[in-house]
Parts: sequence; C-alpha cells; structure tokens
Amino acid sequence: MIAQNIGFWIIALMMIGAALRVVTTNNVVHAALWLVVVLSGAAGQYILLAAEFVAITQVLVYIGAVMVLFLFGTMLTRARIGAESDLNNSYKKLGIPVGLIMLVAMGLALTDSFGDERLPESATVVSTQEISDQIFGPYLLPFWALSFVLLAAVVGAIVLARKD
Amino acid sequence: MTVILAEIPYWGQSLLRVLGGLVAVLLPAGTIVYVFLFKMMSFMQSRLGPMEAGPYGSMQLFAEVGKWLQKEDIVPDRADARIFKMAPIIVLVSTFLLVAVVPFGPDAWFTDFETGIFYALAVSSISVLGILIAGWSSANKYSLLGGLRAAGQLIAYELPMVLAVIGVVIQAGTMNLQKIVVAQNSGSMFGIDAVGHPYVISQFIGFIIFMIAIQAELTQAPFDMPIAESELVSGYMTEYSGFRFLIFFIGEFATAGVFAMIASVLFLGGWGVPFAWFGWTSIDDIDNWMNFAGPLIMFTKMMLLVFIIMWIRFSYPRLREDQLQRFAWKGLIPVALGNIAVTSILKVVF
Repeated sequence: MIAQNIGFWIIALMMIGAALRVVTTNNVVHAALWLVVVLSGAAGQYILLAAEFVAITQVLVYIGAVMVLFLFGTMLTRARIGAESDLNNSYKKLGIPVGLIMLVAMGLALTDSFGDERLPESATVVSTQEISDQIFGPYLLPFWALSFVLLAAVVGAIVLARKD
Repeated sequence: MTVILAEIPYWGQSLLRVLGGLVAVLLPAGTIVYVFLFKMMSFMQSRLGPMEAGPYGSMQLFAEVGKWLQKEDIVPDRADARIFKMAPIIVLVSTFLLVAVVPFGPDAWFTDFETGIFYALAVSSISVLGILIAGWSSANKYSLLGGLRAAGQLIAYELPMVLAVIGVVIQAGTMNLQKIVVAQNSGSMFGIDAVGHPYVISQFIGFIIFMIAIQAELTQAPFDMPIAESELVSGYMTEYSGFRFLIFFIGEFATAGVFAMIASVLFLGGWGVPFAWFGWTSIDDIDNWMNFAGPLIMFTKMMLLVFIIMWIRFSYPRLREDQLQRFAWKGLIPVALGNIAVTSILKVVF
C-alpha cells in the first residue's frame, strides 16, 4: 500500500494548496480554476481508493458540468481580468472558525464510524454493476426521492426563468 | 501480443502506450486535414487544393506546421497571460485522455476500462473548460462571446450524445468498449451470423443522434456558431497565433478523429469483423494477426465517419444561435429519451 500512500499525500497536499488559493486569490475566475484543481484532486483520491465509477462521476458532474456553469455564469456577469479589490471581505474572522469546526466535526464522524479499520490489502475495483445493483435494489427509494428533488429543482428553475 | 508485452518491463510498456497514444491522435488528425480539409473541400469547390509541397501536395501539412511553429507567440497586452497560455493545452489534453479507452484490437488497447464509454464522455467534457477560459482570458469581446457560445453549445449537445450512447449500453449490457465491440461482432441478425450485429442497424436513431451531436461537439458547420467568422472574427481563437493556434487546430481535428473512432466502436463494430467469417466464437479464439489488422479496419471505419462529418460541414449553411439551441433541447433530447424507452422495453421483451 506504500505507493498509494505516497500518491495520497502528494494529491492531498496539492488539494490543500489549491483550496487555500481558492479563498485567497483576488480574481473570481482564478478562484474557479483553483476549485477545478481541488475537485480533480478528489477524483484522483477516488481512483486511489479503487472507486473508478465515483471518480469518473466526479469529473463528469463537477468539472464537466458544475464548474463550466460556474465559469459561464461569472463570465456573463462580472468576471474582469486582473485583480479585484472587493473580492476578499471581512468575513474571514467568521469563516476560519466555521471551517475549523467543520473539519473537526467531519474528522470525528469519520474516526467514530471507521476507527482503525483498514482497506483490504488486495482491494478489488468495485464494478459498476455492483453499484447499480445496490442503487436499484436496497437503495431504490432514496434514489427516487433524489430524482424527485432534482425534478422539483428543474421545474422551479423553469418557473423562475419564464417571462409570461 | 500479450505474450510479447509480458516480457517488457512496466516502464517500457507505459512508454509504448504513450507513443501509441501519440500516433493514435496525431496520425488520424494529419490524415483528416490532408484528405478532407485540403483535398476533398477543394474538389467540391472545383479546384485542386495544395499541389506544390511534395507529390500531389501531400507534404503541405508539414509546411503548414513549420510556418506556425516559427511564428511569434503573441499574448495580448491586457490578457490574463498564464491562463491564456494554458487554455489550448487543456483542450488537447482532453483529446489524449479520450483516446486512452479506444480499443484497436483484441489485445491492442491502452486501458481496458470497465466503464470505458462513461469515462470517454466524462473526459470529453473537460475541453469545454479550455475553450471557455480561452475566450475569457483573451480580453477581447469577440473571444468572450465565442467562448460563451461554445460552452452553451457543447453543454446542450453533450446531453443527446450521452442519451444516444445509453441505447447502445442497454443493448450491449456493458459500458466496456472492448465488450461492446465483441457483442456486435459475435452477434447475429435474423439468424444470419455473417453480418454480425452492428448497432448502426438496430440503434439507427441513436446513431443519427450521436453523429449530429458530435458534429456539434466538434463545432463543425452547420454548428460552427462559436467561431462564426462573419460575426465573431474567429471566436475564442481570435487572439491566438503561432503554435498555440496550431494546438487548437490539431485539437479540433484530432478530436474529430477520436470521436469518429468512438462512434465506430459503438455503432459499426470497431476494430472487428463479424467473427463468423473466420469461425471465431469468442474474443479468446481470435488470431494474433487481428492485432495488426484491427487498427487498419478501425482506421477505415473512422475515415468513413469523418467523411460524413466533413461532407455535411462543407455542404450546409450555419444555424442561428436560437435555432441551434432549440434543435438540441426540443428536437434531439426528446427523440433520444424516446429511443432509450423503446430500447429498454424491447430489451426486456426479447
């Protein structure tokens, strides 16, 4: 597992650095691009965990769709080239403690539920078929509920966008 | 092939795969530019095209590449230089990631990905990012408009493309491109083994939707709104010159080649011929020579599909922006959803 550990730390450090740049950079498009680095790092971590389906979904949904829409939206409205002075505001004093509390809470939740459990040495790639069997078997109801929420969001967006 | 590869150390195999990927991206791109862009377009316009460099103008491409490489690499004064330089590379990287899952023969593949087609659709969407930031970082209103148009168009046409692929995945029962090839070539239609079961016949609607969608994804006319030269100079590419323009140019035609390869894998049987011709029953029976014939068969099918794409490109006038969006959202997507419904019903019934 040593190679995976080295890979994990390289990617993790890269993600932390990029995440810091997201909040410290003073250009909104640069911030979005640093966020792309963070999200692709997450996809890399999923691959190290032998979860290739989740990794590809991460790329397809977050990089291919969400970030493109982010950039699209900011470019339509306010993206200027060069530094903007009013991008960093005084909420730092509130934001840093909230971030730290989130980190502690997530860390506690993870160590509480997994503790010293380790991945099996010969971790096999979970096939997409197994995932779909799980989704359309025991987790069918949550899946339907999620689709319903998404449908409601789409209908809401159309209602908001209609002029008449 | 597997036997030969087993004797090479891992780094050697990786090196071979990288070289193979370079060949699989650049060779089709060069061929497409020469055969279709230089020659076919010229013949359709009753002229000869380039004739000076090399026999029949065949070295023209090298002359063009040399010309672009020696040009100055200009970055506009008020542009965001770092992002401006990065953008074309993102577009090209997306193409190289795409070719990694395309199988070229029974053992001639780069990666045998279980979720191959899903991966291909995911990485192909990365190029939108490159185009969008190319348009923004140029500090030019035409570039920005081109980038925004490109993003809107690529998102709109990605959906019918994904939905058209789902029909094939339902029919083959797998997302692995290699297994999709085997499923088509070892199948039979109406009890006749000799034709195999290319999905272009049973998924004809899916094939048409996929071809229209990749025409739009490649921003080829009639879907070339993002670089509409009569309105936007050259869209998101306006400020690029020298080798960065060359990268965009290679990226465009390399992506055309790779998308055509994926279309031929999904709908035309990829590298294979119907297995019944040689009495093979599964992928293990296939003779070793198929590893060398496979890429050639694949190349032929790819050229056929690119020919169709280019034929339409040179024949049709450009759509208007609202027509283009309406065509995707009100035309292609409902038809593709209907295709999925019909395919899954038929799959359950038979």
